[in-house]
Parts: sequence; structure tokens; C-alpha cells
Amino acid sequence: MAENGIDIRPMDQFVVKPLFGGDVVNWYTPTNVTLWMALAVLAATALMVYGSRGRAVIPSRAQSVAEMTYSFIYKMVQDVAGRDAVRFFPYIMTVFLFVMMANLLGLIPFAFTTTSHIAVTAVLALTVFISVTALGFILHGTKFLKLFWVDSAPLPLRPVLALIELISYFVRPVSHSIRLAGAMMAGHAVAKVFAGFAAALGAAFFLPILAVTALYALELLVAVIQAYVFTILTCVYLKDALHPAH
Amino acid sequence: MEGDLVQMGAYIGAGLACLGMGGAGIGVGHVAGNYLAGALRNPSAAPGQTAFLFIGIAFAEALGIFSFLVALLLMFAV
Repeated sequence: MAENGIDIRPMDQFVVKPLFGGDVVNWYTPTNVTLWMALAVLAATALMVYGSRGRAVIPSRAQSVAEMTYSFIYKMVQDVAGRDAVRFFPYIMTVFLFVMMANLLGLIPFAFTTTSHIAVTAVLALTVFISVTALGFILHGTKFLKLFWVDSAPLPLRPVLALIELISYFVRPVSHSIRLAGAMMAGHAVAKVFAGFAAALGAAFFLPILAVTALYALELLVAVIQAYVFTILTCVYLKDALHPAH
Repeated sequence: MEGDLVQMGAYIGAGLACLGMGGAGIGVGHVAGNYLAGALRNPSAAPGQTAFLFIGIAFAEALGIFSFLVALLLMFAV
């Protein structure tokens, strides 16, 4: 494509590079992923700690953002997963804040979006999947398997439904992780492609820039919604572990 | 030559997997449209159902994600 003057490489932004030179990546090498994950943790901590330091009756802006996030997720856990799921609220809140901060930090120009890598989201999703399955068996023993045996269905249909339920249960971590990674990767690649058009179009450069601005607003929305969807699905899976009977 | 043919087939297949987006689009539109129709009939009940809106959208979207997965596998794993 270079001969037309258009040289767009939208996937270059997702390359994992070591922070301090070289190009060998071992499991202990600090890379740009490490840096931006650490920043996401820092941002989440800063929001909650800085937001709650005043404990004012009339909240400041930071305090109301922190309080609104907290009560929003608390209410969601209560509504979706049930009142007895509140003891798992700290974990769900942590997942939400980490995913949201990682998504939002990735929108800064030249930043790295850690959640655009399936490896990152797969670990998050598998943690949820494994711990929720273990929790179901710990709380209910073998009765947890009733999740796959639909009592309300006619008897001849039940084995078929059990098979479908089993497949859909094991597909959960796949869709859970790829949804987030796919949405983040696609959004950033599209923004990069449009930004590349701006360089290629010459005098009409402002048209792609307008498009990128609109896309950026959409991406801000998507970043928060995908974090919300990731968390709400965690709550749905948690509800299945706490109340396996249909 | 044979490798090229396999490569070509993989690329065509990855492109065809994009059609899965249409299915996911229909599903998500159906969920959101029906939510809006219900919300306009009974606006007071709408806020309590937004969680189900997002769960429904997420489940409808999951099938579109599988087509993305197929495309990824064709591009990088075949």
C-alpha cells in the first residue's frame, strides 16, 4: 500500500515490547503491558483513595464519582446476583475498576490498551469461571449439577437440554474474554485507520479528523459499557453458582 | 503452490466470517428495539430492566464473537 502514499498499520499499536530496550520477551520482562496494567491499578486506587479522603457531607467531584461508581456496582451485584452475593462485592468492584481504567487509559494517544490482548482478558475471565465453578461445588456439592438438569422441561428433552447447557457453560469464558478484547481491539484499529486517512487526504484532512473525534466519543462510551458488561456477566455467573436450581 | 491455496482459502474464509456480524447486529437490534418499545409503553418500569437489556445484548453479541473467533483462527492458527 505504500506506493499510493497510504501506509496504515492499524495493528502496530498492539505489539508487546520490552520497556527497557531489546526485543526478547520472557515472562519476567517488564513490557509496555506491565506498565499500563500498573497504571490502571494505580488509577483505580487513586480514584477510590483520593475520592474518599475528605468524607465530606457535600461531596467534591472526585468523591461523587467514587461514590457513584461504588453504589452503582453495589446495586448491580444486589439486583443481578442476589442479596447473599454481596460478600463477593469487593472482587467484582475490583474487576470493574481494573477493566474500566485499563480501557480508558488505552484511549490516551500513544497509550497501550492492555485489555485488547486476549491473554489479559482470558486470565480475567478464567479466574471468574474457575472460582465460580469451584464456589458452586463448595456451596452445593453435587447439587450444583442441577444447573444442567432442567427440572421444568419434559423428561425426554432433559438430556438434550443438559448437553446444550453443558456446552454453553464451557463456552462462557471464551465469549466473556473475547468480547472485551475484540471490542477494544476493533475500536482502536478503526481509530488508527481513520487517522491514517487524515495523512493521506491532504487538503481534506479535516474530514477524517471529524470522524476520529466522533469515533473517540463512541470509544469512551464503549470502554465503560464493555467494563460494565464484563462485570454484569460476572454477576450472572455468580448467581448461577449461588442458586443453581432454575 | 499448495500453501498459497490454503492461505487464499483461509483469507476468504476469514472475510466470510465477517457475515457473522450481520447476525449479531440483528440480535442486538432486536433486544434493544424491544427494550425501547417496552420502555415507551411503561416508562416507570424501564430503569429496573436496564441490567437485563445489557445481559440480553451481551448474549446476542456472543454469537457474533464466535464468528470473530473463527476469523482469528483462520488468520493465525491455520
